[in-house]
Order: sequence, then C-alpha cells, then structure tokens
Amino acid sequence: MRLVIEVWRQDTPADSGRYETHTVDDATPEMSVLELLDRLNDQLVEEGLEPVAFESDCREGICGACGVTVDGSPHGPQRNTPSCHQRLAGYADGQRIRLEPLRSAAFPVIRDLVVDRSALDRIITAGGHVAIAAGTAPDADSLLVPHERAERALDMAACIGCGACVAACPNGAAHLFVGSKLTHLSLLPTGRQQRGKRARAMLFEMEQDFGPCSLYGECSRVCPANIPLTAIAAVNKEGLRSFFRHKDD
Amino acid sequence: MTADSGWMPPPCTVAGARAGGVLDGGAPEGPLSTAWRRRRLEYRLVNPANRRRLKVIVVGTGLAGAGAAAALGELGYEVECFTYHDSPRRAHSVAAQGGINAAGENTVDNDSLERFVRDTVKGGDFRGREADAFRLGEESHRVIDHMGAIGAPFAREYGGTLATRSFGGVQVSRTYYARGQTGQQLQVAGSQALLRQVDAGTVTLRTRHEMLDLVMDEGRVAGVVMRNLVSGKITAHTAHAVVLSTGGYGNIYYFSTLAKNSNASAAWRAVQRGALIASPSFIQFHPTALPVGSKWQSKTILMSESLRNDGRIWVPAKAGDERVAGSIPEQERDYYLERKYPAFGNLTPRDVASRNAVAQIRSGHGVGSLKNGVYLDFRDAIARLGKSTIAERYGNLFDMYQHATGEDPYAVPMRIAPGAHFTMGGLWSDYDQMTSLPGLFVGGECGWGYHGANRLGANSLLSACVDGWFTLPYSVPNYLAPLLGTAPLAPDSAPVREALARTRSRVDRLLGIGGRHGPSHFHRILGDLLYEGCGVTRTQESLTAAITAIQQLREQFWSELRIVGSAERLNQELEKAGRVADYLELAELMCVDALDREESCGAHFRDEHQVDGEAARDDEHWAFASAWQVDDGQFVRHHEPLTFESVRLQTRNYA
Ligand SMILES: Cc1cc2nc3c(=O)[nH]c(=O)nc-3n(C[C@H](O)[C@H](O)[C@H](O)COP(=O)(O)OP(=O)(O)OC[C@H]3O[C@@H](n4cnc5c(N)ncnc54)[C@H](O)[C@@H]3O)c2cc1C
Ligand code: SF4
Ligand code: FES
Repeated sequence: MRLVIEVWRQDTPADSGRYETHTVDDATPEMSVLELLDRLNDQLVEEGLEPVAFESDCREGICGACGVTVDGSPHGPQRNTPSCHQRLAGYADGQRIRLEPLRSAAFPVIRDLVVDRSALDRIITAGGHVAIAAGTAPDADSLLVPHERAERALDMAACIGCGACVAACPNGAAHLFVGSKLTHLSLLPTGRQQRGKRARAMLFEMEQDFGPCSLYGECSRVCPANIPLTAIAAVNKEGLRSFFRHKDD
Repeated sequence: MTADSGWMPPPCTVAGARAGGVLDGGAPEGPLSTAWRRRRLEYRLVNPANRRRLKVIVVGTGLAGAGAAAALGELGYEVECFTYHDSPRRAHSVAAQGGINAAGENTVDNDSLERFVRDTVKGGDFRGREADAFRLGEESHRVIDHMGAIGAPFAREYGGTLATRSFGGVQVSRTYYARGQTGQQLQVAGSQALLRQVDAGTVTLRTRHEMLDLVMDEGRVAGVVMRNLVSGKITAHTAHAVVLSTGGYGNIYYFSTLAKNSNASAAWRAVQRGALIASPSFIQFHPTALPVGSKWQSKTILMSESLRNDGRIWVPAKAGDERVAGSIPEQERDYYLERKYPAFGNLTPRDVASRNAVAQIRSGHGVGSLKNGVYLDFRDAIARLGKSTIAERYGNLFDMYQHATGEDPYAVPMRIAPGAHFTMGGLWSDYDQMTSLPGLFVGGECGWGYHGANRLGANSLLSACVDGWFTLPYSVPNYLAPLLGTAPLAPDSAPVREALARTRSRVDRLLGIGGRHGPSHFHRILGDLLYEGCGVTRTQESLTAAITAIQQLREQFWSELRIVGSAERLNQELEKAGRVADYLELAELMCVDALDREESCGAHFRDEHQVDGEAARDDEHWAFASAWQVDDGQFVRHHEPLTFESVRLQTRNYA
C-alpha cells in the first residue's frame, strides 16, 4: 500500500525543525512503523538525501531505545505497544501517517526523531540502586521472598525505560517510571534497606526535570511494559513515608 | 598433547593464510577444581589508598562491561566507561529471555560443579578451555546471589526460595530465571549498579560514544579513540588498562537475533592492532527463530527455546507439498527429530536441531510461502494438556508470535527457522582474560573460551556476569599493580596523535567514496552470502565461493558506498558504514577459519566431515583452538592445544 509520511526533520537541537512529506509505495500491513522508516530511508539514501534519524536497537520491545510519536500518540496508535512492534495494519492505502519525536520538555530533540532521555538515568543515578558491592551479598536462598511478592516486583521491574509515559503526560511527569522503580526495589529484601533514602534522592532529582502528576493516566495507556497506575501512587506513598519517618530504611 | 610432545597441528592450506605458533592459555598447573582459587592467591594486590591513581577504561555496559566497571569502581579504581547507547541499560544483554545457569550443589537432582563443567565442555564439543569452564561454575553462585541482591527479582517458589528450571539440553535443573525477561532483569540490575558508582564518583560514564580505535604504546594498549555520536567529535582517552566488553557480532549475518546496532568493530580494531581472534566461525544458530517473512523485515525474532518442551517439530514427508498444515494427514508428516533422535526428540541441542532444519529446508521440505521454515506444532500438547495449560506456559510467546506473523499458533502450527544468534568465538584471551595485547582485557560475548564450538543455553549470561563481576576485578588489578606510579599516556603524545589521525582519516575515507548505495545495501548482501557460505552447514565449495564473493563485495563497498550528511553531527549512516566495513573483513576471516578446520565440531558443521549425518570431530588433528592474527593482509593461525582432565574426550551422541 501507499503511505504518505509526514516526518519531523530537525538538524540540530538548536534548529527549529519542520515537517517533510514523502511517500512509500510498497508498505505492507505487517511492517512495523520502524520498518516503514527503514524503507523510507533506503529510498532517501538511493536518492542522495539524508535519511531520517531515529532510534531503535533490539526491535523486540525490550531495550527501550525506540520511541517515536505516531499520529500524535507516543509509540503509536496501538496501546501499550513499543514503536518497534507497532504494525501498519490499521492504515489504508493512500493514508497519511505523521511521525515526530517523543515530545517533552525533559527530552530535547537531538536530531529528527532522536531525543535525549538522559534525565531518566539521572534519576536512577541519584538513588535507583542497591548499595551492595560485588561479593558481599548473602546467599540468595537465605533471603526468602514470597512467590507472589517476587512476581509483583517483576511486574514493576518490567519498565524498559523508553520514556513514553513522560511524553504522553500533559504535565511531562515521570511518575510511572519512578514509581515502578521505587516499588520494584522496595519489594526486595535487599532493596528495602534504603527505601527512605532512595525515595528522597529519586524524588528530588525527578523534580529537577519533570512535571507534577495530576492523575491523567495517559502514561499507563502507552506504557509498553504495562506498568500499572498503582506505580504512580507509590511515588506519593514512598515520598510521604520517607518525609515523615526521616529514616534511611 | 603439548608443544614439547612433538605434536603439530595440520598445515594451513587456505590461500592467504598460514600456520603460526603455539599459544599458552596460562591456566594454572595442577587440578583444575582448585585452579581459580590458587590463581587468585598469586595475583598481586593494590593498596586501597593507591587504587584511584590507576585508571581503567571499560568499553560496553552489558552484563560484562557494567559488572567490570562497577566492581572496579567499588574497589576504588578510576574507571571511565563508554557505550554507544544513550543509556547503559540498553546493551543487548537486555534481550535474553531464558535464564542464567548456576552449578547446583544442594539440590538432589545430582548436579554439581563437576557436572556443570562436564556439560559445558561436552556441550562445547571439546573446543573450549576447560579451566575457564571450572571458573564459570565456581563463580556461578556468587553471580546469582549478587545479581539478586542488587535488584534482579528472580522467580521464587512458594516457599520463598529461588526457582530453577531445566534448559537447553541438560538433565538437571540449574537455570535461574525471571519470567521470559531474565536478561532484562540482570541488565537493569547491572546498569543500576554502574550508575551507583557514577553517583559515587568512581566511574565516569560516557554514553553515545563509539570506540573506533585503540591507542597503542610500544605494543601495550594505552587507551581508546572515541567518536561522540552526537557532536561527531573524535577524542582519545588513555588509561593503564582497557577492557573490551562489546558483545557478540551475530548480526554480521544481517538477519540475526542480535540488536540492530550490535557489531564487531571494537574487537576487530583490536585484531587490526595485533590481538588474536579465536574461532571466529563458531556461530550458534538458534533453531527457534522466526523465518524471514518479507523483504523489509529488519531482523530475526527469537522465540524461546522452551517452546520445544511441548511443541513437535515436523515437515511434510513429501518435498514441495503445497497443502496447508491442517490438511496433511498424520502419516504424511515427518517428525524428523523424534525419528532420528528418539532419546532427546524435539529437545536435541541447538546445533543438531538447526542443522536438521536446514537439511529439511534445502531438500525441499520447507514450509511457509517462502518455504524457509519448519513447523513447531502444539496440536498434540493442546489436546493432551488443554489450551489453558499451554496458554499459562507460553501465553506471552504465543502472543508475540501472533503479533509478528498474524497467525494464531493455537490454531495453526508455528513456523520456525534457524537464525544467527551467538558468537562462541571472539578475542582470544588467556586464563586471566587478557588478550594477546598487554593491557587489553576482554569480557562477555566478545571474548571466547567458555563455550567451545557450541554454547549451552543460559551459560552466556553467566559468562558475561562472571567475567565482569568476578574475574576481571581480580585479574585487571594484578596487571595494574606494577604500573603504580606511572601516569596514563599524555593526550599530546605521539601514539595518541597517531591513533587520532588514523581514525579521522578512516572516517574521511568512508565519507569521501561518493558512490550510490547506503551501508545497509552491502550488509544485506553480506548476510545472504554468509548464510549461504558459512552458515549452519559449510562445505569447502561454499566457503571458497563465499571468500571470493566477500572480497568482491568489499571492493564494491569501498567504491560504491554513499554516506549522505556530514561527520560533524549525529549520522547513523556513517555509524553503520564503519560497522559494515569491519564486517566485510571479519567475514572473510570467518570463512577462512571454517575452511581451514577440516572437521565438524559443535556448530561448525562441515558437510565433508560427518558420519551417518552426525558431526565427525577429529581430535587427533584438531583438538586445539585456532587463534588468528592478521599480519600484513595475511591470516596467521596460531593454536592453543586443548586438553581435558575431568571429562573424557568423547563423541557427542544424542541419538
Ligand atoms: C535474543 C537473545 C536471547 C538470549 N538469551 C539468552 C539466555 O536466555 N541465556 C543466556 O545465558 N544467554 C542468552 N543470550 C546471550 C547473552 O544474552 C549474551 O551473550 C550476553 O548478554 C552478552 O553480554 P555482553 O555484556 O558480552 O554484551 P552486550 O550486552 O551485547 O553489551 C555490549 C555493550 O558494548 C557496547 N559497545 C559495543 N561496541 C561498542 C563500541 N564500538 N563502542 C562503544 N560501545 C560499544 C554496547 O553499547 C553495549 O553496551 C541471548 C542472546 C540473544 C541475542
Ligand atoms: S514506565 Fe512504561 S512508558 Fe515509562 S519508561 Fe517505563 S516502560 Fe516506558
Ligand atoms: S527497539 Fe528495543 S524496544 Fe523497540
């Protein structure tokens, strides 16, 4: 099928950017949005034009590198699906498709569809870790973790760090991302030892780049890892807990 | 079989290649079960107060790189760590699904360190270094304990203890897992630990930096040359030692289970600076990848091997059968694995399963519109266990399949085909993980050693973690200790300027070709050539033809490549071009290695060397690892003799 692609072009972070229109004549419903971009880029290269910069790596929905806004939706029209898995099945011959970067004040555009999401890692650097050095961990079987709690921790740990939640949020909040990490680590016996300290550090850092949460819930509709909205509640819960307890654990 | 026993390897008769000398792997003498303990005692130490005066560069933030950088940082060394990703968490370790092994000692299924070693060595078809396999098993428990403690939520039994499963052709249950996301959970935990050291100030992390060369100082590795992928700036960084943990190069085949950006450039540059590369042709093809379905498909999707526990693999008995699966009656289906290997059936090891699938496809029994797959059928399992049980076991995989193909695997059989997956070969290193270049260490999949000619499932997450967390933090300081008091090479020194100039001129050369095709064009052709010539099975003829074709393709590349845009900012075409240029050289050496090795072993299956359709290993002549040097355009094959103490050399038999 033939698709008319309106794609965001921006040469440098300082550049103001613009849309460009191209057509791909041989798109197929099984193609992913990223494969459509591959195809477009092949075409552009053969014509001697600069290909569209966009990010991806695993193409299996697990690395979190991909992330484009498709017709206004972060990652694309299918809910809870990363860009690399968004198929074109919903598009008809001759239809337009608009591709732009993930939009958020916290994610400056580097080039075309590539954005800088390092603000997310700054939050992890501030406190999203466990203070245990190589070789000092106790026997993992000596720390019992109920089956169900391990599963809950895993539900929260599934975040792929793509940043779509931030882009979907009208406030540009990172609560889903931060809440999933706080919950994941506080459910584990080693992680909970510094629960209060971690919450303080991560929330402080979060507030440097990201907006407040007004419970719109847009984040969990786009999240490819299906992080539930309860993660958002955890941000406030962990924040209040550490504020009132004033303790590191 | 040692150098002084008078044994000599066969001459190297491949055009453009010659035989070199014998290599010493440097494993401690004496019983292997205590070797690692004894070696650790021999290692020199550095006083904690002095460690920050010694600098280590780590390239890569996968399980191996993040582990090494974090652990060296925790010890107090100055670490500078690089990745081309925007975040350390994205390294391809993140994509591993199945699990990570640890040698069982307590369970009553009779696992033990010795059995782990035996499985690893036998699985690798006796072409790996046994001493390394011992270390792998010995450190495996600390890996599980540590990775769990820093945040990987491993699956737990209802009693709260760790859950395990049996995986990849072994008969004990030693694989730890976190649903189908084991790699992700380990990788996220590892990168968090790395970022903790960034927070502590011991590690400087530079993302979106790609290593393009090494800085050499009188034969020692003294630093790296990096390109900032955003600004295009090329800079040199010097240190007392460098660790390469840059992952595997399976995507040299274009269609592979690796990430789009995975590449061999860092390792290949080391080879060009004199490092040896061991067994580059030992590539594992995963039997349960999805067949390529369309021209524009970007890569091969991996389906978990666990599907083979309940799925039955078959093809139509009649070649060229056009009927849909459901209309082919039972007696006209060939369950070829069950027929040929009654003891293991559909669970035969990966190489055996892949080879048989290719044989079926090549002989016209392939299924699907492109006739490039075989069926993996759950009909009988659904009838026996019910749809809900199958959904519980494999629900997410079935969804993934349906998503990728548009077919419902509850109703029609899945189609699978072998896809390039894991590189057993890689930079040669000694027992201390140091390459043949002093000062250059290696960790994870870009190295070699543990997995021989065929890797056991769930052993490579382990080897990346063991290298990073529990080997390099011992062996790198041993190298650093005598360097205390020396400074890393100065930024304006001649070797640094030379390395920078070399890198810049290469980038300019790539940009200046002005041809017609982008790098992906050449990569796709190369992938086809390799699947055909140096794939699941190889012959003298296919390899010879591939070598010529690769040489021609390389020439075309250097005259017909076109990179649009400049080197002064983000330019993904330039990044790809550099990687493909290196692939075009490595690919030739892979074929040379495969052509030289006149035997079949593990994943290296030469059609000429088989007995009753099985790999015919030749221990009399080929019980060594080939470690190749690139010398003035010639390939030189050095050899490390391989001997086995705890495991008797024996032919694998899965019949
Ligand atoms: C789909 C899939 C499933 C798998 N499943 C399993 C499994 O279940 N069990 C198992 O044991 N193994 C599995 N494996 C294998 C295992 O995941 C890998 O072997 C292992 O994770 C490799 O880790 P690594 O640290 O060596 O490399 P990687 O994790 O690949 O990391 C490489 C790092 O190097 C960086 N890098 C590379 N080149 C450069 C450069 N030139 N400059 C700067 N940085 C660079 C990258 O940015 C990255 O950070 C699987 C592999 C795949 C592909
Ligand atoms: S919470 Fe979901 S949307 Fe947000 S970064 Fe994680 S995976 Fe992406
Ligand atoms: S490319 Fe890795 S999640 Fe999409």
